[in-house]
Amino acid sequence: MDLLEYQGKQLFARHGIPVPSGKPARTVEEAVDAADEIGYPCAVKAQVQIGGRGKLGGIKIANNKEEAREYAGAILGMDIRGLTVYEVWIEGASQIASEYYASIVFDRSAKAPLVMLSTKGGMDIEAVADEDPDAIARLHVDPLLGFQDFHGRRLAYEAGVDADVVRPIGALLKKLYTAFIEEEATLVEVNPLIVTPEREVKALDAKVTLDNNALFRHPDNAELRDLSGEDPQERMAKERGLTYVKLDGNIGILGNGAGLVMSTLDVVKGAGGEPANFLDAGGGSKADAITSAVEVILSDAKVKAVLFNIFGGITRCDEVARGLIEAFSQLSPKVPFVVRLDGTNDKEGRQILAEANLPNVYTEATMDGAAAKVVELAK
Amino acid sequence: MSILIDKNTRLVTTGLTGSEGRFHSLRNRDYGTNLVAGVTPGKGGQDVEGVPVFNTLREAVDKQGANTAMIFVPPPFAADSILEAEEAGIELIIAITEGIPAHDELRAYQVIKKNGRSRLIGPNCPGILSPDKANVGIIPANFFKPGNVGVVSRSGTLTYQVGNELALSGFGNSSIVGIGGDPVPGSDFIDIIGLFQDDPETELIVMCGEIGGDAEERAADFIAANVTKPVVGYIAGFTAPPGKQMGHAGAIVSGSKGTAAAKAEALEAKGVKVGRTPTEVAKIAMEILGR
Repeated sequence: MDLLEYQGKQLFARHGIPVPSGKPARTVEEAVDAADEIGYPCAVKAQVQIGGRGKLGGIKIANNKEEAREYAGAILGMDIRGLTVYEVWIEGASQIASEYYASIVFDRSAKAPLVMLSTKGGMDIEAVADEDPDAIARLHVDPLLGFQDFHGRRLAYEAGVDADVVRPIGALLKKLYTAFIEEEATLVEVNPLIVTPEREVKALDAKVTLDNNALFRHPDNAELRDLSGEDPQERMAKERGLTYVKLDGNIGILGNGAGLVMSTLDVVKGAGGEPANFLDAGGGSKADAITSAVEVILSDAKVKAVLFNIFGGITRCDEVARGLIEAFSQLSPKVPFVVRLDGTNDKEGRQILAEANLPNVYTEATMDGAAAKVVELAK
Repeated sequence: MSILIDKNTRLVTTGLTGSEGRFHSLRNRDYGTNLVAGVTPGKGGQDVEGVPVFNTLREAVDKQGANTAMIFVPPPFAADSILEAEEAGIELIIAITEGIPAHDELRAYQVIKKNGRSRLIGPNCPGILSPDKANVGIIPANFFKPGNVGVVSRSGTLTYQVGNELALSGFGNSSIVGIGGDPVPGSDFIDIIGLFQDDPETELIVMCGEIGGDAEERAADFIAANVTKPVVGYIAGFTAPPGKQMGHAGAIVSGSKGTAAAKAEALEAKGVKVGRTPTEVAKIAMEILGR
């Protein structure tokens, strides 16, 4: 789960990482009140998960109440590359002497957290990595040992930060590491990490990705929402515990197991079709989960045909067949379905479907055959 | 021959008394796997259809000589169960559980690596099948027969799909190993491909990858340096959009990294033929083995 900037900053603040004080606002009035409280000049920042929002008009500095009102009015509701701005973050404007970069990523290859620090902050770090890889100091931390003070010093000296901020930067990195571990993040990024003329270090931005699998241990984090980034179908699927990703095409896809569903998308595309979604009904899906999944797929008005591709292991094909029958009785779909069932209890599943004799449901024996059929039906 | 599991496997299931753990463990036993014990804290002394249940893994090892553990407990407790198996000296730990927190996996991985006495397969994997010898996990065994093709895959159902295409083309399998779709798999492609290289029965290796991470790219380098047997690849997710997690916690294209195209290219550059569909994988296998 990706957090909005202000959610990330509030998380940082809980771990003692210095951030500018601020307040979120969802209406112009709330924004003006927040600006009055924080004082001028203050920054009005659109809360959307898109890099470069400043250049697109999503960040303004307000010098007085009138400007705060004007900018909040302009930014709230603004469309930034397809995302609607529902919230702004008002924070005190910061004076900047230097802009650095700091991050911790869950490095899958090394199987350890990777801490990075650079004095080239405030710009696209991937560009820095391409053009000047030596400008980024990198260090893997043994997760069984944890982040030690010397790690912070080494990174600070290797990155070449100003001598007087070596200690505060090291201390900030240690807190960032604690936040990364305790909140079970897979990414924490501060860009820019600033040094003010008074030589204070502060996180001026925050990018945090939390591990969805660990949210059960962090009920407060699980409550955080990003209204702008949520597609209505994706939200509906999430509430039902389904793994759904909306795509642009018109063929609804349901399968079991992430790899098989990805493969199904590829095969459908190879057959000339455009998938409308990725939907993994998961291992061991029972009939009601299938019914629920069909409802999510059909809630996308673009869907003209649906493909079920099931290879049962832990999932039992008879449960899938029952779920489909229940979906037909509840939803009476208008679009054709192509169904391919193989694996655990496949004979029973096919038998159940044959006996139900659902209208507009076609069964196919192979994945390739099923893909060709659904593409034809969606035309 | 086969790899990892066979007639010498003595299996203990953690979570044997749960509904899924029970269903699949007993199915594994029906297939011929030597299921010697179950572990559920607080249920020691009971039995599941004649299989003794213990409170701790240590007891299952001491009393029943278990050498392989299948982890079937829910995600909040799974890493603890893996570490308990490691501490009890279990050689092979197969973790089926899906949805284990990434930081839990990371610590378990590092402990296992540091101590060097156990091998972990998974988590979030379908297990291992050595046809006609043993089945540990949830792979539907009736689709597969013994043979000379070794399969290693990040995805469960995709393994069945590819395995089924191979079976329809007349191939059997030495072993089928699901390494799982999580960001920190206990064993990677290279670990399993190395075992297949050393297994005299395996003549061809099929590896099924997917988007995300760089395990396929690292496998390509490993194959070029260490593997003399032919390898056929498959990568799922050519049409996956960047930035979206496609079901598996590990399956996400970040920026230009982790794409299916880049993985296929890396494998092909090292002489591994990559099928664009599961059907094509079987066709390439037939060409290589001359059928």
